[in-house]
Amino acid sequence: MPSFAEFIDVFLATTRDVLPIVTILVFFQFAILRQPLPNPRKLIAGFGFVLLGLVLFLIGLEQALFPIGRLMASQFSDPAFVGAAPGEAVDWTSYYWVYAFAFCVGFATTVAEPSLIAVAIKATELSNGAIGSWGLRIAVALGVAIGIALGCYRIVTGIPIHYFIISGYVVVVVQTVFAPRMIVPLAYDSGGVTTSTVTVPLVAALGFGLAESVPGRSTLIDGFGLIAFASLFPIMSVMAYAQLAEWQAKRARARRAAAQKNTPGKNTPGNDGPGEDVPGDDVPGEAT
Amino acid sequence: MIAFFELVVLRQPIPNLFQLLMGFLMVLAGLTLFIQGLELGLFPLGEGMAHAFARKGSVFWLIAFAFSLGFGTTVAEPALIAIAAEAAEIAAEAGVVKKNEEAMDSYALGLRFTVALSVGFAIVLGVIRILKGWPIHVMIACGYVLVVIMTAIAPREIIGLAYDSGGVTTSTITVPLVTALGVGLASSIRGRNPMLDGFGLISFASLTPMIFVMAYGMVI
Repeated sequence: MPSFAEFIDVFLATTRDVLPIVTILVFFQFAILRQPLPNPRKLIAGFGFVLLGLVLFLIGLEQALFPIGRLMASQFSDPAFVGAAPGEAVDWTSYYWVYAFAFCVGFATTVAEPSLIAVAIKATELSNGAIGSWGLRIAVALGVAIGIALGCYRIVTGIPIHYFIISGYVVVVVQTVFAPRMIVPLAYDSGGVTTSTVTVPLVAALGFGLAESVPGRSTLIDGFGLIAFASLFPIMSVMAYAQLAEWQAKRARARRAAAQKNTPGKNTPGNDGPGEDVPGDDVPGEAT
Repeated sequence: MIAFFELVVLRQPIPNLFQLLMGFLMVLAGLTLFIQGLELGLFPLGEGMAHAFARKGSVFWLIAFAFSLGFGTTVAEPALIAIAAEAAEIAAEAGVVKKNEEAMDSYALGLRFTVALSVGFAIVLGVIRILKGWPIHVMIACGYVLVVIMTAIAPREIIGLAYDSGGVTTSTITVPLVTALGVGLASSIRGRNPMLDGFGLISFASLTPMIFVMAYGMVI
C-alpha cells in the first residue's frame, strides 16, 4: 500500500515539474497578452485534474509496473537464463525471449502513454473521427514494439546504431512520398510522443541490462539507442496504417464502382483522409 | 501480459499481488483524471493562448513564448535529468570526462542545457513553419540529412545518447500544450489546415536535440 507520505512526496515532485510551465504560461498571459484568463475556475480545475491524475498514475506505476519490469528486464537478459556460460559468445537467436518481452513492453507501455492519448484525442477531433483514437494508438504501439524488439536485436549483435537509423530515415522519406498527405505531420509527431513517462524508464532499464550482460558490449555505445528506435518506428507504422486504410478504401470504391457501372454520374468521395469513405471496414480496431 | 511472462516463461510467482492490483487501479484512475483535465484545462488554455497571440499579431512575442515553452519545460524534465546523470556517469567511466563530482555535474548540466536549447529552437522553428506554411516533409528530410552528416563526424560514444535524447524531451504536460498551441495557431491563421499544419511541432522537438547533442559531443 502506498503511504500518505509517499503520495505527498510524488505530489510535490510533480508540482515542481509543472511549476516552470505554469510560470511561463502565467507570465505570457498577464504580462504580454494582458488578458484575464477565460474561465479561470474551469482551467484551474483542469490543471488540478491533470496534476492529480499524473500523481496517481506515477504512484501506480511505481507500485505495480516498474519493479516487475526492471526485475524481468534483468532476468531475461541474464546469461544464465539465456543458457550460456559467462563470457562466452552467444548466438543472437538464443535471446528470443528478450525480443518477445521487448515487443510486449513496447506495445503495452505505449498504449498506456498519457501524451499519446492526448495527441490521439486531438487527431480524432480534427479529422472528425476519420482517424480513430484507438487505431492510431495501436498503430503507434505496434511501431514502438517492433522498434524496441529490433533495438534489442541490435544490442545483442552489436551492429552500429546509425545503420539502422539511417535506413529507417530512408524508409520514412520514401513513405512520406506515398502516404496520404493528411497523415504525414501526425505520423512525424507520433514518433516523439511515444516515449515519455512510462516507456523511457522501462526501456532504458532493459537496454542497460542487456548491454551489461551481453558479452563484448559497452554500456555507453550500446546501452543507449532503444529510445531512438522507439521514436523512429511509429512514424513508419502510422504512415503504413494510413496507407493501408487508404488502399482498402480505394479497393472498396473500385468494387463499388464496378457494381455501379450502369449508373454513372455518382460522384466519387474525396480521398485525402484515411478511411474517410468506408467507415466500418477500413480501420482495424477503430473505436470512437 | 506481464502475468504471462512471470508465470509461464520465468516460472516465478508474482510478488505482492495485492500491491500490483492496487497499482493497476491507480494507473487507471490517474489516466482517467488526466484525460478529463486535458479537456478542461490544458487544451483550451493552449488553444486560447495561440488565438490570442495570433490576434495580437506580434511575431516577436509569439516566438519568445514558443522558445520559453520549449526551453522551460525541457530543462526541468525529470526523464532528461535522469538520462543526463546516467550519461555523465558512463562518460566518466569511459574517460571522456574526468571522474569527479564536479566534472560529471557540469557535463550533465551542459547536456541538459543543450537539449533544452534545441527544444526551444525546435518549437520556434515549428511555429515559423506554421506561420509561413512551409511543407513539413522537406524540413524533416533536411533534418535527417543533417543528422546523418553529424553522425559521420561525431565521436562514436555520443551517438546512441544523442539519438535517445531526441525521444526523452517531450513530457506528458508539454505534449498536450504544444499540440494545442500548434492546432490553435493553424486554425486561427487563414489558409492553414489544422490537420496538415497544426501537427508537427513535436517532431521538430525530437529531431533537433539529436543534432545539438552531437554538436555538444564534438565540442567537448
